Amino acid sequence: MTMNIGEASRRQFLLHSVSGLSSAWLALRWPAILAAQEHAQRAEASGHPAQFQFFSPEDAVEVEAIAAQIIPSGDIPGAQEARVIYFIDRVLVTFDRDKQPAYTQGLKDLRQRAQVLSPTVNRFSSLTPAQQIQVLTAIEKTDFFELVRLHTIMGFLAKPGYGGNHDQVGWKLIGFEDRMTYAPPFGYYDREFGKNQK
Amino acid sequence: MVRYEDKTQVDFLVIGGGGAGAIVAKELSAAGFQVVILEQGPYLHEGDFEHDELKFKNLYASPAIGHEVLTSDHALQPNTFRKSENEKAVFTPYLEYGRCVGGGTVHFTANYWRFHEIDFHERSTWGELRDTGLADWPISYADLEPYYTKAEWELGISGSAGVNPFDPPRSKPYPLPPMAIKSSGVLLEQGAHKLGWHPYPAPLAILTQPYKGRTACAKCGFCEYFGCEWGAKSSTLATVIPMAEKTGRCEIRANSYVRKISSDMRGRVDGVIYFDAKKQEHFQSAKAVVVCCNGAETPRLLLMSKSNLFPQGLANSSGLVGKYFMIDLGSLCQGTFEQPLNEYKGVRVTRVVQDFYDSDPKRGFFGGGGIDTRFDFYPISFALNGLPPDTPRWGEGFKNTLMRNFNRTMTVFSHTTCLPLESNSISLDPEVKDAWGLPAIRVTYKSHPNDFSTMKFFSERSMELLDAAGALSKWALPIEDTTSAGHLMGTCRLGDDSKNSVVNKYHRAHDVPNLFIVDGSSFVTSGRNQPTCTIQALAYRAADHISRTAKSGGILSPV
Repeated sequence: MTMNIGEASRRQFLLHSVSGLSSAWLALRWPAILAAQEHAQRAEASGHPAQFQFFSPEDAVEVEAIAAQIIPSGDIPGAQEARVIYFIDRVLVTFDRDKQPAYTQGLKDLRQRAQVLSPTVNRFSSLTPAQQIQVLTAIEKTDFFELVRLHTIMGFLAKPGYGGNHDQVGWKLIGFEDRMTYAPPFGYYDREFGKNQK
Repeated sequence: MVRYEDKTQVDFLVIGGGGAGAIVAKELSAAGFQVVILEQGPYLHEGDFEHDELKFKNLYASPAIGHEVLTSDHALQPNTFRKSENEKAVFTPYLEYGRCVGGGTVHFTANYWRFHEIDFHERSTWGELRDTGLADWPISYADLEPYYTKAEWELGISGSAGVNPFDPPRSKPYPLPPMAIKSSGVLLEQGAHKLGWHPYPAPLAILTQPYKGRTACAKCGFCEYFGCEWGAKSSTLATVIPMAEKTGRCEIRANSYVRKISSDMRGRVDGVIYFDAKKQEHFQSAKAVVVCCNGAETPRLLLMSKSNLFPQGLANSSGLVGKYFMIDLGSLCQGTFEQPLNEYKGVRVTRVVQDFYDSDPKRGFFGGGGIDTRFDFYPISFALNGLPPDTPRWGEGFKNTLMRNFNRTMTVFSHTTCLPLESNSISLDPEVKDAWGLPAIRVTYKSHPNDFSTMKFFSERSMELLDAAGALSKWALPIEDTTSAGHLMGTCRLGDDSKNSVVNKYHRAHDVPNLFIVDGSSFVTSGRNQPTCTIQALAYRAADHISRTAKSGGILSPV
């Protein structure tokens, strides 16, 4: 399903280019979006775990550890199972490329904080869960934390075609289904209302 | 679709192919005139729309994925903002409007409220309101009624006439039955009945049955902020644009951004200068021009169209172009409920109450409004903005609340008066330019104290409604100065006196005989901030008049 979504967009893009229909507009605006989608597709299609384009493997572990504190795993999957880290990596080489320096600097600061807290480790991800929470609580008002939070939420709940929300775990958590049609009753109160009308 | 050469002097240029412009263009081309629509945004189609929140819904304060798709894009067209003219305006992503063929009707909620009779004569009913430009319209509800009916029947509006006791008189019922009630509609009904209010099925510009060759709503839920993948939302893109194309006389020229309306030595407009998608300049010649760019872009274009004859800007001898700027005001309250509502399915709104529509001196302030219930979110925007204010922003508590609340949250949204103040305006920023090198729009806006009182009153009624509906928890968003605005109105107001208004009651510029202006800028007062229905009725009425006058020789050839 992930693949079809992206391919449909790509087909539309090509069709429009051929017909000349709003092609200038599309050429201006869609490449970044399509790049993000296609990037995710290629990774999926290869059958191998996706390669990171921006993060080093070490940095990916760090960012994933932050994301896993923002939406923790448990009985119900969280950011880690949603593969939010792949979403974030992809947005940083596509439509949010200009946020790369914020991550680079933010991770540097995080490492220093981890070291201060526990001189024997030099990585946030190696801290105990309680220590991780302590560090994130200390930085939760920073722009860097806000950015990772935003990207984590997006990666958890965006269309799977962007690389996160793997197996729709984000949508399953909140109880959202992506369908093209629904019929009433939609919820409890309109169902009860309908019964009483009869 | 017909194509005209730039040098062909077409009968009418319509600038802006949105809620108003597409109607004017369709009516004029159907009446036999050659028409070109110049639309600054793209010409998208149903196949371009998707259930993709990241692509179509503006999530960032700064641009989403590089650029906005359906609405104004502050990366390309920045605007500046200040609260009063004593301040220096600074870049603020403030204005929001549809920027594609179909304009705001492509992404709107599709609430389709007629104005009430009182909306046209509040000034003479309630008297002068100090420090405001409150004025009567030069037309009455009765003048506009046939065109409301025409809009409802031509575009395809669903609803139930006669249920709302406050509804103005109508000559025909709605062409389509109302939408099936959602849980938010049931909760509004139950709460409102307890409070003695009078809820009624929401009139919506969305098809409940197949109509004029279009398919009915599939209730997919991606409605507000999104283009309809089914063509069931009665946007001008899905309705009159195809009709205009079929006349063989109307060209829809998208990605065409007008920078100046040109005028000749006699004070008549004779064409426009615009940029194409590659930023190449063109001059399109025309016998008459109709400006339909919305309440912010319309005055901006007139102000950019200065000439020796019109040193203050085109059609601006009154100095009122850009003045009396009005925006969408209202209040937002949220509540959670015991059982799932699953509000993400189906259309946004199914019930409305208008018990507090009229102003009431007993309340101690001027203003009124209406209330609807809806779910104003999609998954990502809900996680970012839809949770109770005391929810942890991350961690286990965040996750659990997100999980529990997504399908149990309801928004109570009121739409209220915005008073016309001369000090609230659209003007040209003296420094900031857009991506084409044109002056950015400078917004000067501060709500009148009465408007705050109205919003506060409606916030309180909304909280009462949530209680009466049995909400487990509820919270109100603070009533404070706006940080963004849609529903842009009032900046080229209608009027009989050329000193106090920009266009006459037929939307003809007082100063320029072959220039017409019809869109939200025409509004004298804001109504209750669901303007699309009235914008479109005005567009039908203006087009009717323009067409008849042109046929009798009164517009297209110089006297």
